[in-house]
Amino acid sequence: MDLQPNQVLRLIQINDQEALLRCSTIWICASCQTCSVRCPEEIDIAKMMDSLRKLALEAKTPLGEENVVKFDEIFIDSIRKRGRVHELELVMKYNLASRQPFKDAHLGPMMLSRRKLSFLGHKIREVGRIKEIFKNSKRLLRSQE
Amino acid sequence: MQVGYYPGCSLESSAKEFDLSIRAIFQEMGISLKEIPDWNCCGASPAHYLNEELASALPYRNLVRAEEAGLEKVVSPCPACYSHLKHIHEEAMKDAYLAERVRTIVGKMYQGKVQSKHLLDFLKEDVGLERLKSALKTSLNGLRVVSYYGCLTRLPGVNIDDVENPVMMDEVLQALGGETINWSHKTECCGASLSITRTEIALRLVHAILESAQEKGAECIAVVCPLCQSNLDTRQGDINKKYGTQFNTPILYLSQLIGLTQNLGSNQLGLDRLVYSPTEILLKRGIIEK
Repeated sequence: MDLQPNQVLRLIQINDQEALLRCSTIWICASCQTCSVRCPEEIDIAKMMDSLRKLALEAKTPLGEENVVKFDEIFIDSIRKRGRVHELELVMKYNLASRQPFKDAHLGPMMLSRRKLSFLGHKIREVGRIKEIFKNSKRLLRSQE
Repeated sequence: MQVGYYPGCSLESSAKEFDLSIRAIFQEMGISLKEIPDWNCCGASPAHYLNEELASALPYRNLVRAEEAGLEKVVSPCPACYSHLKHIHEEAMKDAYLAERVRTIVGKMYQGKVQSKHLLDFLKEDVGLERLKSALKTSLNGLRVVSYYGCLTRLPGVNIDDVENPVMMDEVLQALGGETINWSHKTECCGASLSITRTEIALRLVHAILESAQEKGAECIAVVCPLCQSNLDTRQGDINKKYGTQFNTPILYLSQLIGLTQNLGSNQLGLDRLVYSPTEILLKRGIIEK
């Protein structure tokens, strides 16, 4: 987190778009909402971070945490193809996309022996409907533009 | 009694034991669960900023499917799934423009007849502590347990308990004969959303949670979220390695703890699927027998 949330707010006030859109903070925010419920000025900081993420994507500038976005895009793509997320496929595709093929591989046997990995995943019956929903929704993913 | 059920994607694989134990305890209590037919993923956190309309349309379709199936109440075990169903229901009811837009995207109209419940909320308010107590065949025998809620009570649309000092899970555990411990990390973030992409951050956050539970003498941690469980259980080995600690803390789903008091079998509750086995503490407390 290269900027503290209060610094992010100050940068918004002075409209320093460049610093805001390239910072890592907006991607490191895990959206746990603690700051939003604590803020004495009732500023919804988590929502603010979410909005900045959208602006950063729209600006098409280099992103502060490219891998976080890569993961999320693969996540969404899994929904488009199946209607549900396939966890194993998601992690394997992310590892390839982020060029760290063996990341967390040591967890594989442990999860396998506890039957926590589904190999085939599930595709819903109305997956065509889901693809329609994707097509109809505005604000497309980068890969589809 | 019949109630709708929205398991969500995690409960199909990494959190299978959450699904198994929920089905088992509901069956035991005579509550029949009916899955939303052909449900889809709620979009989780990525949809919000990648495609805002999609983030509304995905849960909206689930509400439509639930309504078509005549499900008036839907229970979600996953806090994110629950938050998304509840939030989009509320938004569609108060924002006519959004409702119309989402209806067009999904191609069907949601009338607003589905009441969403999180598992915890359903157990406490709908099933009730008295009914949980009457289903008891044994007890948690004073098991020292900390309730870990994570971000559940703060998520959009969620209004079930105090945002920073929730007590619902503690009350359920006390009704089962558990000794709940007050602790500092009840609602601290586990960093699950960064667990794959910025693992070291998640490790640091989970380390602090495990340490706080240990300092309080907790024998196990009770959770109601598939991501909290996975993060606290699966990553414990990595944490021990990185921080030189010797954590060996079982992370149990609340539904598994309830099932134990109903004398349900270890297989039915998926206890063998947990990475850090609770068997030793359960034997020690006389909750299960050899």
